[in-house]
Amino acid sequence: MLLSTRDLTKAFPGTKALDAVDFDLKAGEVHALLGENGAGKSTLIKCLTGAYRRDSGDILFEGQPIFPQSTLEAQAIGIGTVYQEVNLLPNLTVAENLTLGHQPRRFGIIHPRAMRAQAEDMLAGYGLDIDVRRPLEYYSVAVQQIIAIARAVHLSGRVLILDEPTASLDAREVQMLFDVIRDLRKRGLGIIFISHFLDQVYDISDRLTILRNGRHIATHPAAELDRMQLITLMLGHELQHETATRHRPAVDPTDAIRFSGMGRRGRIAPFDLTVHKGEVIGMAGLLGSGRTESAEVLFGAVPGDSGTAEDTNGPVDLRNPRAAIAAGFAFAPEDRKTEGIIAELSVRENIILALQARRGWARPIPQAEQSRMANDYIKRLDIRTPDADKPVGLLSGGNQQKVILARWLAINPRFLILDEPTRGIDVGAHAEILRLIEDVVAQGMSILVISSELDELVAVSHRVIVVRDRQHVSQLTGEDVTTDTIVRAIAAPEAEPGSDSAATREVMA
Amino acid sequence: MKGVFRRVAPQLFTLSAVIVLVSMFFPSFWQIVYVNDRLVGIPIDIVKRGAPVALLAIGMTLVIATRGIDLSVGAVMAICGASAAWSIDQGFGIWAALGIAGAAGLICGLWNGLLVAVFGIQPIVATLILMVAGRGVAQLITGGTILTFDNEAFAYLGSGTFLGVPVPAVIWVLTGIFFGLLVRRTALGLLVESIGVNLRASTLTGINSRVLLIAVYMGSGFCAALAGIIATADIRGADANNAGLWLELDAILAVVIGGNSLLGGRFSILASLLGAMIIQTINTGILLAGFPSEYNLVIKAVLVIIILVLQSPRLLPQFAVLWSRRRTSPQTKTLRAAMTEDRP
Repeated sequence: MLLSTRDLTKAFPGTKALDAVDFDLKAGEVHALLGENGAGKSTLIKCLTGAYRRDSGDILFEGQPIFPQSTLEAQAIGIGTVYQEVNLLPNLTVAENLTLGHQPRRFGIIHPRAMRAQAEDMLAGYGLDIDVRRPLEYYSVAVQQIIAIARAVHLSGRVLILDEPTASLDAREVQMLFDVIRDLRKRGLGIIFISHFLDQVYDISDRLTILRNGRHIATHPAAELDRMQLITLMLGHELQHETATRHRPAVDPTDAIRFSGMGRRGRIAPFDLTVHKGEVIGMAGLLGSGRTESAEVLFGAVPGDSGTAEDTNGPVDLRNPRAAIAAGFAFAPEDRKTEGIIAELSVRENIILALQARRGWARPIPQAEQSRMANDYIKRLDIRTPDADKPVGLLSGGNQQKVILARWLAINPRFLILDEPTRGIDVGAHAEILRLIEDVVAQGMSILVISSELDELVAVSHRVIVVRDRQHVSQLTGEDVTTDTIVRAIAAPEAEPGSDSAATREVMA
Repeated sequence: MKGVFRRVAPQLFTLSAVIVLVSMFFPSFWQIVYVNDRLVGIPIDIVKRGAPVALLAIGMTLVIATRGIDLSVGAVMAICGASAAWSIDQGFGIWAALGIAGAAGLICGLWNGLLVAVFGIQPIVATLILMVAGRGVAQLITGGTILTFDNEAFAYLGSGTFLGVPVPAVIWVLTGIFFGLLVRRTALGLLVESIGVNLRASTLTGINSRVLLIAVYMGSGFCAALAGIIATADIRGADANNAGLWLELDAILAVVIGGNSLLGGRFSILASLLGAMIIQTINTGILLAGFPSEYNLVIKAVLVIIILVLQSPRLLPQFAVLWSRRRTSPQTKTLRAAMTEDRP
């Protein structure tokens, strides 16, 4: 084995990002690393490259344990990384970028001709016909990507980690990059490839490793795992037993919010949606499929450029979050840290914030009332905090999520959008949040749940909308709501690889 | 009240230390006499001369709490002072002069606020524009000369006394109380802290962050207008080139000495005001101590460095441990370390 990890574990406050992960990379293979957001891919990479220090476990390079403390040390050992955003210096020349840090010198100063020769030498074999004296930014992202690879291979030369390298390339450029990768594979490098374009994964990879919730789920040769099995492994089947207990309360067809033609160019194709009172709608789809974008349009977080919304009282204004909140909407975003919690403010202040914002600055909620509300929700949602005045940033992920839920429950919305409400949350809090959803729905609230965990969707939803390639492609209702049908809807019709990924990329750009 | 005292304890301690230091060089520091209906003494002089920086620090505290900065306040002082002097010169009377100066400050703040909140320009760059251009505007108003005027009522704002206390000191204390009540008796303070910590999350929570940001910069412009009025009234003339020159930096320093983070979030206006008084005590103290004037800036810099190092967040917990052992338990310490270190 070229590079292995054994029982690799890394925890962040409130969540185990990696839980005893075993991973093997052979020389001369392209090994794809797959998993949804928060599965642990980037944490694994960062542990391998020394950007994070692991909590426990071993990293073996050719059988020898290594302890990289920084990306520079990892490079010296032989592990090079190229990220999605090329991190070279666009205003320096190609030659300077390639030789930065080890420029050939004469009499103590840089020797331009030798530098150029060295740079051209480094690029030989990559099929690029470029002038190394030009600034890097003169060339396309694909060429920059290959230059970054050439630099990484030159400096490290054994293991190459490619993190979403194709995210901003077009179909032809992807092929160009893949030619380079195949060539490097032939030269005996071990290549770790991360991408959420499944077509590309199947196109280039020899083996696949799937991570979920920080755990190693499976490793298979790419040829032996079809797309459906892969998606099933990525999304998981962990809550199966709860499926039986789900109940579907009657829905009043007259009392509904109707969205029609809601969409935004480049983010999500126009879609229709009717949300009945007391209904839970699930939304499934892979990462980057347009789930979060749908929610953002519905809440006005990234307002739509088409479509209307109306309820029994007439049109609903969704220009911005303030308008949406005034209309009785609420949104718990996927990225809690940057879009949800106000880390430095206390649990109490975080809980009352939405209500205070709606009342306006001139009508402060009295201290006593704030404390009463905070303590009430801390008890009701079982938020684990020493007291209501602790900064919310000190709580664990699950408790932060409960604080955000409390914030929205405090304004008693009629339509609550939850984007990945249980991501990165321990099992106990997970079940409590699902129970909470059932409680508030019983009181007549409508909920849209976006989740990668299909069992969770099946357990709570009355119907499920499937999103693929930035479109709402199907809706499953009644007995059709099962993990199998959802997986099939996500994976089905397999488009022709080239055109499919090109289209996806176009809307993503 | 106890919470407020705990918050400003480092600033109170520093101020006391600086005063003790000055009294050692100048034993008659505390001699205050009452002559000609006014109090006279070094402490009185400090609270009077510290007025412009104290006023600027009030507005600056709010701007910094939103994770911004306002470099233009010195230039805005010049613009507002020039506007007031021009109005007096035109014979509009004192109330019109005050109104025009105040309006000029609010407009300057509105300009900064629009650049930051609507056009998304980084605050340091957005306010730099007015910092540079503002003195030009002030010169246009004064016609390039030092515009002097003769109006006792207006001059009273700079050099008069109220119950023996210099009017500038009365103005900054009242302004401080007004802004303090405004942010703490309404929800404004909480909302400002919220957008300072996390603008995106605050907007998604329904806070009207754009309007709030603009209002904060307008508040800073208004404080600068008050400072400009005092500076102009004090010398009975508007000097477009020198009024408020470099005071934006002293104001920022006052906010920082007040223990407010430049990264936004929690703020204390009282602590910034104490910071302004610490700076002015140092300034006055250096003059009193009779050092040759060329040493002044260097001595001030050394003292400021000492104060900031002593108040730094890394050292503060260790002092706190010495102070009272129960305050920082090892548990909260590790939590805090975890919070600042590992953000995946």
